[in-house]
Amino acid sequence: MLGIAKQRVASAGIGASSLGRILIHHARSITSRNYSSPVKEITVRDALNSALFEEMAADPKVFLMGEEVGEYQGAYKISKGLLEKFGPERVIDTPITEAGFAGMGVGAAYYGLKPVIEFMTFNFSMQAIDHIINSAAKSNYMSAGQISVPMVFRGPNGAAAGVGAQHSQCYAAWFGSCPGLKVLSPYSSEDARGLLKAAIRDPDPVVFLENELLYGESFPISEEALDSSFVLPIGKAKIEREGRDVTITAFSRMVGFALEAAKILEKEGISAEVINLRSIRPLDRKTINASVRKTNRLVTLEEGFPQHGVGAEICASVVEESFQYLDAPVERIAGADVPMPYAANLERLAVPQIEDIVRAAKRACYRSSSAKIAATA
Amino acid sequence: MTFFHVAVRRHFPALLLRQTSRIFIPRRWNSGGAQADPSCKYEESFTQGIMEFPGGKVAFTPEMRFIAEYPDERIPCFRVLDDNGFPHRGFHDLVSKEEAIKMYKNMVTLQTMDAIFFEAQRQGRLSFYLTSSGEEAINIGSAAAMSSEDVVLPQYREQGILLWRGFTLREFANQCFGNKEDYGKGRQMPIHYGSKKLNYFTVSSPIATQLPQAVGVAYSLKMDGKDACVVTYFGDGASSEGDCHASLNFAAVLEAPVVFICRNNGWAISTPIEQQFRSDGIVVRGQAYGILSIRVDGNDALAVYAAVSSAREMAIKEQKPILVEVMSYRVGHHSTSDDSTKYRPVNEIEHWKIAGSPIARFRKWVERSGWWSDDEESKHRNSIRKEVLQAIQEAEKIEKPTISNLFADVYDLPPKNLQDQERFVRKDVMKHPQDYPNDVPL
Repeated sequence: MLGIAKQRVASAGIGASSLGRILIHHARSITSRNYSSPVKEITVRDALNSALFEEMAADPKVFLMGEEVGEYQGAYKISKGLLEKFGPERVIDTPITEAGFAGMGVGAAYYGLKPVIEFMTFNFSMQAIDHIINSAAKSNYMSAGQISVPMVFRGPNGAAAGVGAQHSQCYAAWFGSCPGLKVLSPYSSEDARGLLKAAIRDPDPVVFLENELLYGESFPISEEALDSSFVLPIGKAKIEREGRDVTITAFSRMVGFALEAAKILEKEGISAEVINLRSIRPLDRKTINASVRKTNRLVTLEEGFPQHGVGAEICASVVEESFQYLDAPVERIAGADVPMPYAANLERLAVPQIEDIVRAAKRACYRSSSAKIAATA
Repeated sequence: MTFFHVAVRRHFPALLLRQTSRIFIPRRWNSGGAQADPSCKYEESFTQGIMEFPGGKVAFTPEMRFIAEYPDERIPCFRVLDDNGFPHRGFHDLVSKEEAIKMYKNMVTLQTMDAIFFEAQRQGRLSFYLTSSGEEAINIGSAAAMSSEDVVLPQYREQGILLWRGFTLREFANQCFGNKEDYGKGRQMPIHYGSKKLNYFTVSSPIATQLPQAVGVAYSLKMDGKDACVVTYFGDGASSEGDCHASLNFAAVLEAPVVFICRNNGWAISTPIEQQFRSDGIVVRGQAYGILSIRVDGNDALAVYAAVSSAREMAIKEQKPILVEVMSYRVGHHSTSDDSTKYRPVNEIEHWKIAGSPIARFRKWVERSGWWSDDEESKHRNSIRKEVLQAIQEAEKIEKPTISNLFADVYDLPPKNLQDQERFVRKDVMKHPQDYPNDVPL
């Protein structure tokens, strides 16, 4: 398995980074990391693909189901090669019915299989949401532990590039509020591998929120992370960058933005600590609060709608547990409170940009007296 | 193949291809203009009047004919026992004496249990109940036809299956009272029974969600190569849900061994059939999905038994779904939250209760066969009545589940926030016992 992963890394390495840059919609280059060659890099796409390969090889009960996952190699090529390797019984191209295949997956999980259900985007998960919430999330509880649902719902979540309102919503807050579900959102390739493997092995239903624009991005990855036994713990956030002055929490693509903002802030004398949440539910309140107790300031960052968002929950958690440590009000950065517009200029204004993060961090640090525009009316 | 299987095969082609009166004057057109390249199969078939469309060959016709939306004659209903309990001459030795007596006794037990539990709700002892009145033959007839390995995904009016498989009256009562012996640990409303041991999935409130799930379970059985199938139930109302369509289509495409049993009992709460769909019931949908289907008299326990037996055999041997529509009448109210006299005539209910009674019909047959008597009838009814009352009285007195059951089973392992909350609640209950109900043990 390691051999195959190495081969894929070698072939993906150079091409993938430039591909990653092409796929990123915004002019500003996000992937401005410079590394000397010995460190391996793989794209998030390859990381997810390798995780699926390894888990399906290790456990014959794991199977993948969704639209275009087989013959087409996956709408975003995440499941490339799986049909060829494991056959049509374990990689199922479904008719177009999210309610159908999500429900069917729940039934299969009830009876002992371990389905991985792919939604072409999580916007379409709404057509299956009764099965995710009322059946998958609640069954273990309602049956008093008799029916467990070891399944994973995965797919791209949040804004892509120029795909409009019905293809751009972030569902982290919705799924994150539901007991019975675990909700994960990876950023880097290491996150993608470790968290997907953990999700597939977990006996509870897991919602795995990927990001289309991250699929082509390359990240360095350690030998340890390439090993087939590598898993990341669910419910543990990662401190991507240590800092002293302000805590910035983010997940998925926004982690990259936060890191860029942190670089800019560093030049201006503000040392930002960036937390990659990795897990929306359970939320790693311990790490977040410990960080805020250190820096005394908090900026929460997400792509999704502001009301009842992930940032709202983090803010409440910090106010409840670390109120005395806050030196400034919590700053929430979220997407605009509108359905995502299509026109490129409008779309850019509807999603948080690096400048927004920098400004918010500064407000938290200087307690700027200039009028703060509220995220919601 | 059994008699009915052959009959079904013969009926279908004639009935479904029956033409309507709306035949237009055919306009002649040539297939002309097609340049012949004999090596191309499309060109060849074109000149022969058939076309290789994706999905298979289709013949052409010069007549513009619309298929009837409703057949002139509805799909007939398979039955074994007539209204007076006389069996059709083709059907002797369908069930043994022991089996027949067991079936009859179970139908009576089901009826008695339903009536008394319903009363218990009216007396304020239960919060809710839902009867299967009028559908005892569907419940018991299908249950008797299955093996104990067949996995059942019910809707909510199939408690007779559990009864047949051995769920005790006390276990039913425990669930309804939500006491500490309830397998569901007091998490669900009454009638949401489930039993892993008896292969009966926990009842789930949202309608028709069990249908695609049934396909998933069947897929699991198929992958394991088990000698068992899934039997799932749904009502005429549930057939309108999107999940119903998705599941039938999926089952056919995946070749999943599921028997779909539609209890067409005429009413979905207050919605009658004419407002639910405009097709000839559910059975005609089978062919629309490429699924073998049959319509059965649901008030005839022997017919239900025969049809479900055959259906499950085919489902397992041939690894494919079967659709069985059982016609019946919902004699009772939808549930204790309903008063059906508000939307349907009382004499209609009475007619089906008496003249259509599946229990009365079956009784005539077992008595005529010399296997049952009035004496045994009163003995059985009296003893069951006592047992049901006793089960309720005992279950009512048992303690409710402990507080830890509020927080357990949300996940495989309880997360820290729930552990903290549980500790907090316990402390609070001990500090202020007067604010908490006294029948909830810590």
